[in-house]
Amino acid sequence: MNAITSYFKDIFHAIKTLLTGMRVTGYYFSHARKEIITQQYPENRDTLKMFDRFRGIVTLTHDENNEHACTGCSACEIACPNGTIEIISDREEDPETGKKKKIIDKFIYHYSMCTLCNLCIISCPTDAIKMDPSFEYATFDRKDLTMILNKPGSKIRKDVK
Amino acid sequence: MIEEVETKDAIKTQEYFVNMGPQHPSTHGVLRLMLELDGEIIKKVTPHIGYIHRSIEKMSEKDSYRQIVHLTDRMDYLSNHMNNEAVCLLVENALEVEVSDRVKVIRTIMSELTRLSSHQLWWGVMGMDLGALTTFLYAFRDREMINDIFEETCGARLTVNYNVPGGVMFDIHPNFQQRVKDFIKSFKTKLPEYDDLLSNNVIFRQRTEGVGILSKEDAISYGVTGPTGRASGFSNDTRKHKPYSAYDRVEFKEILMDKGDTFSRYKARILEMWESVSIIEQLIDNIPEGDIQEPSVKQVIKLPKGEFYQSVETARGELGVYVVSDGQKSPYRLKFRSPGFSNLFVLDHMVRGYKIADLVAMMSTIDLVIPDIDR
Amino acid sequence: MKEPLDLTPLTQSIHDYLLSYLSPFWTTTVEWVIIGVLLIAFVALSVMGLVYIERKVAAFFQLRLGPNRVGKWGLLQTLADFLKLLMKEHITSKNADKFLFNLAPFIIVIASFLAIGAIPFALGLQAMDINIGLFYITAASSIGVLGILIGGWAGNNKYSLIGALRSGAQVVSYEISAVLSLLTIVVLSGSLQLSTIIESQSDGWWIFKGHLPVFIAFIMFLIAGTAETNRGPFDLAEAESELTAGFHTEYSGIKFAMFFLAEYVNLFIIAAVGATVFLGGWMPFHIGNWAAFNEVMNYIPPVIWFFFKVGFVIGLIMWFKWTFPRLRIDQLLVLEWKYLLPINLVNLIVVAFIAMMGWYF
Ligand code: SF4
Ligand code: SF4
Repeated sequence: MNAITSYFKDIFHAIKTLLTGMRVTGYYFSHARKEIITQQYPENRDTLKMFDRFRGIVTLTHDENNEHACTGCSACEIACPNGTIEIISDREEDPETGKKKKIIDKFIYHYSMCTLCNLCIISCPTDAIKMDPSFEYATFDRKDLTMILNKPGSKIRKDVK
Repeated sequence: MIEEVETKDAIKTQEYFVNMGPQHPSTHGVLRLMLELDGEIIKKVTPHIGYIHRSIEKMSEKDSYRQIVHLTDRMDYLSNHMNNEAVCLLVENALEVEVSDRVKVIRTIMSELTRLSSHQLWWGVMGMDLGALTTFLYAFRDREMINDIFEETCGARLTVNYNVPGGVMFDIHPNFQQRVKDFIKSFKTKLPEYDDLLSNNVIFRQRTEGVGILSKEDAISYGVTGPTGRASGFSNDTRKHKPYSAYDRVEFKEILMDKGDTFSRYKARILEMWESVSIIEQLIDNIPEGDIQEPSVKQVIKLPKGEFYQSVETARGELGVYVVSDGQKSPYRLKFRSPGFSNLFVLDHMVRGYKIADLVAMMSTIDLVIPDIDR
Repeated sequence: MKEPLDLTPLTQSIHDYLLSYLSPFWTTTVEWVIIGVLLIAFVALSVMGLVYIERKVAAFFQLRLGPNRVGKWGLLQTLADFLKLLMKEHITSKNADKFLFNLAPFIIVIASFLAIGAIPFALGLQAMDINIGLFYITAASSIGVLGILIGGWAGNNKYSLIGALRSGAQVVSYEISAVLSLLTIVVLSGSLQLSTIIESQSDGWWIFKGHLPVFIAFIMFLIAGTAETNRGPFDLAEAESELTAGFHTEYSGIKFAMFFLAEYVNLFIIAAVGATVFLGGWMPFHIGNWAAFNEVMNYIPPVIWFFFKVGFVIGLIMWFKWTFPRLRIDQLLVLEWKYLLPINLVNLIVVAFIAMMGWYF
């Protein structure tokens, strides 16, 4: 007798648990409009806002006078674990003091090798570089991923030591 | 190896090999299991690893200690914060610096959020491995909120690299506390749904209960840690035994089960999620003030000569970092004791005599992350 | 009272029209051709629709949007996928048994086409109303498992072989339950002819008239039917997390598409049989002697009623699939032999008793 009751108990218990599961999925099915979590990416480009700390790409900030704050000290180059940054520096005579000063010739950035670890940013003594939250950088040619970050004709800001 | 088995009607049957992986939906990456099968019954499992070996340990020998941290994100990518933390703690202990309370609490909250997100993903994948495809997306819905928290404060979702030796990279975002509270509130309503959908489901119970039993002795001798070991009653929670960061000031239970079957391993993780939620709740409202960077840790870090070891509890078990330093700015030798490696090799012991379908379930509850095993 | 829309005059007039031009032999031939073309068109369209619906339904269960890129709301997605499959390369694995390998998809498709011929879509819209209709459908649709077995064997792949053998064990066992649960209605209505079964439900569907036993039979039929079509939670033959793709691992291109087609046709057949036998086929929904209500219901054409009910059953089966985990092979057999079969047998006896005493409405 016991075996028979437990047989039926098993069946009813099984049906109950199955129905509980179906209730959960059923709820989401019937409330699909409200609960859908996926986004339609290229369509929502206008409204899509990345968090401001999001690390998309390393940029060298230039102000409106086309001046940046990079002294060419190579701290970022040393901090980078992947050899992503290459600083090619030059020496230039300061017109005021007449002393030779180090300036950057090219700030080469190999995006294809960057792991976006942020170590370069925190190692920069003058906060010249920062992370930009843009992320659409897919290209058909790997060469396009090597960028020169200092804009042509840009100079170092006066106040930067 | 293949032997012919004589059955009583003199029909010759043969055991055969099946290669499960390296491309297989339920090996969760590039793991190759060589199965020796008799019909559907598994006679032997031989894991072959190394398909995604990137020599992280060797690379670490030329990297500075600050750079090593970002490599650890890529080992067990689901326990990224804890991996980071392990290296950072090791450096701090070696240099004998004490980070501020603020850093400790932030690290603990972040680690627990990571544990939650890892367990959520595991839950979704577990359901999927057993054929309930819907769980996956439900888990991702909840995980998305944690990823958003990471993205806002750390700047990345998976490879966060948020801990640095001597502190954390940034202070927490002003929205951090609110977001975490929102997440906890919503997740507490969602977690019972996990039970409704899977834990209590009769098919799921049948598939997992009493299957793949791992005894406590075996768990200890194979070095199985994490929820997998604790489900067999092996008390191994580093957070309890060797507390680090803020774990000594929070109340939480070490989840211990006694059966050691697939269902216990499942349940241990579900209960661990509740514990993580409670740890975060205890800490989120009282994050003390303090420095986020210990000023005495220099930009170029040189560890004193000697050997150092630090272990943390990741979502998969005990992660150990062992460093031999010769006083230079890179370690002389660095070794990671990754939990997944030890956990994987108990599979053969557990699975013999069960069916292929059970293997899939067991593999899910061991919660393998292949980059963690191969490093 | 308005009678349900009868399509017999339409088919009859086509028949007479053809007869006035051709000899009886050619008339039959032409009719068969017409029916064949219509069925193929119907199957192609309805499978595309079903695949689309399944993907949308799955998406809504999973908090996703589902296909939404090709065409409005992604409506052309399945067409695009079909074209993609058409253009794909045929790959036959090394050491495969070429003849059987190519034969298997056809067996599966033919089996499902055979069965669909006997399904009554509406009053007077049925390709062949044979007196053993129900028996014929179950017999024809169970040929499909041969295709699975052959396909799994011929591909020379261990995964597909395991899948095929699983499927063999599964379909053979669940066939019994499916037939036993259908037999309850055969006992009640006293006929195997589908039109008679539907006729017997003109005063109420069996699921309402037959009390609890018929309801149990309906549930049993749903379970066994799901298992017979190899759909989740009984998709052991495919079991993509264990056997990658089960019995059709080695198939590519259009041959894979045929397996896919057959799966959905079978789903449709199971739903159609369930709807016909338990839910009254094309019969409108009537409540006792609410004449006005019944009158309104009669205005809805039978075809719509039929598809509405089929949709309901398909919806249930999809709901199962997207909620439950998969069973293991031994549990699957335990479920059949220890639970479904005994319950079905007892149920059948109870129904026979009810039928004998006339205790149904
Ligand atoms: S983000 Fe990291 S990898 Fe990229 S350039 Fe900076 S330091 Fe190098
Ligand atoms: S970006 Fe900063 S760290 Fe890098 S060279 Fe320029 S000033 Fe130095």
